[in-house]
Amino acid sequence: MNAETTAERNSVSDILENDTYKYGFTTDVESETFAKGLSEDVVRAISAKKKEPAFMLDFRLRAFAKWKTMKAPKWPNVRYPSIDFQNISYYSAPKKKKQLQSLDEVDPEVMRTFEKLGIPLDEQKKLANVAVDAVFDSVSVATTHKKKLMEAGIIFCPISEALAEYPELVEQYLGTVVPIGDNFYAALNSAVFTDGSFVYIPPDTISPMEISTYFRINTEETGQFERTLIICAENSYVSYLEGCTAPQFDTNQLHAAVVELITLENAEIKYSTVQNWYAGDKETGKGGVYNFVTKRGKCRGDNSKISWTQVETGSAITWKYPSCILQGDNTSGEFYSVALTNGYMQADTGTKMIHLGKNTRSSIISKGISADHSSNSYRGQVKVGKNATNARNYSQCDSMLVGGKSSAHTFPYIEAANRSVQIEHEASTSRISEEQLFYFESRGISRENAIEAVISGFCKEVFKQLPMEFAVEAQKLLTLKLENSVG
Amino acid sequence: MLEIKNLHARVDGNEILEGISLTVKAGEIHAVMGPNGSGKSTLAKILSGHPSYEVADGQILFEKNNLLEMDAEERSLSGIFMGFQYPVEVPGVNNAEFLRMAFNARRVRDGEEEIDPLDFDELLSEKMKMLKMENKYKERNLNDGFSGGEKKKNEILQMAILKPKLAILDETDSGLDIDALRTVAEGVNSLRNEKNALILITHYQRLLDYIKPDFVHVLHKGKIVKSGDKALAIELESQGYDWVTTEN
Repeated sequence: MNAETTAERNSVSDILENDTYKYGFTTDVESETFAKGLSEDVVRAISAKKKEPAFMLDFRLRAFAKWKTMKAPKWPNVRYPSIDFQNISYYSAPKKKKQLQSLDEVDPEVMRTFEKLGIPLDEQKKLANVAVDAVFDSVSVATTHKKKLMEAGIIFCPISEALAEYPELVEQYLGTVVPIGDNFYAALNSAVFTDGSFVYIPPDTISPMEISTYFRINTEETGQFERTLIICAENSYVSYLEGCTAPQFDTNQLHAAVVELITLENAEIKYSTVQNWYAGDKETGKGGVYNFVTKRGKCRGDNSKISWTQVETGSAITWKYPSCILQGDNTSGEFYSVALTNGYMQADTGTKMIHLGKNTRSSIISKGISADHSSNSYRGQVKVGKNATNARNYSQCDSMLVGGKSSAHTFPYIEAANRSVQIEHEASTSRISEEQLFYFESRGISRENAIEAVISGFCKEVFKQLPMEFAVEAQKLLTLKLENSVG
Repeated sequence: MLEIKNLHARVDGNEILEGISLTVKAGEIHAVMGPNGSGKSTLAKILSGHPSYEVADGQILFEKNNLLEMDAEERSLSGIFMGFQYPVEVPGVNNAEFLRMAFNARRVRDGEEEIDPLDFDELLSEKMKMLKMENKYKERNLNDGFSGGEKKKNEILQMAILKPKLAILDETDSGLDIDALRTVAEGVNSLRNEKNALILITHYQRLLDYIKPDFVHVLHKGKIVKSGDKALAIELESQGYDWVTTEN
């Protein structure tokens, strides 16, 4: 067996071995962290620290000015004490002595952290068919397979690096899908984001491998504000994966990311996320990550396609709506989601499909699983503009309740300004019961396999969208989280 | 094969079984009859290892092993099969897949390799034909939207695939029309041999016209009040349960 497959196996079996949050460790590395607090000076300091071009500082300052006038949204179906934005540090980076030339220079502790997470970064062990950008607290620490991608003309690097190397590309696209003042957390992100990934697929290029970013929050009371920008030029294709974990802390960590995707004519982006941030203590609800994320894609060119797949299993609070703006004619948007909540988790998640072009198509498949005392809401908007002749949407929202104290909610919003549209919405609620599991057991099937069968049956349409290894891992993750909740 | 000794059992604190003793040998068919609420289904649930039923006293040995120390999964793997009165619906889980999982659980326990899916499909087709079940039951989800009769047939299909040593069929005849009853009974009879045993739990003697029991036991208020052979069932049919329940 070669090193690559060993690494993949480990990540799955590791998850199965532990029934508590296995990523709840912290890494002791020397880091450089800004004092807590947010002001224009902090925004300037972040920009200066990263030696950014002038347009970027200007972008940040405009965002900050806008943010100061905004209020945190109150409409999501989640409850949490208001966040003191002055009690967060907006920059934390593993200390490094000089610009890194190769992976050998990354702090070995950080490398070990990612290896523990099943994401080996060093050249010998790296995953064979996945290029990984590892983001530790606010800073990208390592990107693998860069050379191979470069040969295909693909740019895959930390966004801070893209700002230095390809400032004109970043300037051309940044903020064109999620404007700086789009919403409270997006404005905050635009002002203070520290790193994230940048991907540019040139015209007529099929990415030779999956591209992936792995996020890790390490320092307590640090916000993680990453920014991802993916541009897929004419006739190109990329599949992008994102994974996230964080250590266990009693305090809440804030994660406010912005992801922007852009497809030009005939291009396709497939974006998959397996999110497993620390969700807080299962019994008390203390701690956990606030995951307030704005993800949006714009199908700019005709016949282009954006597909979001998410498996949300962590975070104390999730507030995210990966969306598609279907601007070009004949464009299509897809949203496949599994959101699991257990313990005291709260999720308000869904999507927006904005049909602007003619013959645009969108489909939404949402599967919510709520266990214990958790609350799980689907919120989705389908909006059809007046020029979107023959637009079509299909939405299906299924909820599964586990145990008797959880809740599931569905909030669909539909607006159509064109008479030729077809919109379908289906919804269902079901329950995984002790009687069902007993039935499996009475046929000699273990409880674990029974839960896995019921869950994978429920989530089938979503899991089949994920790359193979991700699907297996996602399924195990859900099973593990539910094993003690049925009853 | 099975020895039940002085079994006392409770559900939600109420004593339902008050000292049942029953011995079942390989090759035998026992019918347990009785009026509603006599404890028939409780006995079945206890044998299958349902967690909501609490054994207060007594012993159950299956092939000399203490059955009460085994969970439902182990009981099934060691050869006990429970045909449920009300099989639960499991949307999203394919019927054929479920059967293959159950079949493979045995193979894995015996240290064998999992069956090739095509070989399993062949086995399944053969058993379904025997039970006059249409192929569409392979595609459908486990009991999902099945009629009462379809669910019962599906239970017998599982029994045919899993080939248990001891099958307990709880009110398998209820919900079946006369043709389906005959098919199910023929299916059950074809699975019989001198090595396995059957406990039929039933309210009516109708089923016993098709599956001939060696012994008939009448349960009343948690006790076996009368045991006999097939003639007892016929007598019950003509005289009604009052005959045995008032006698005591």
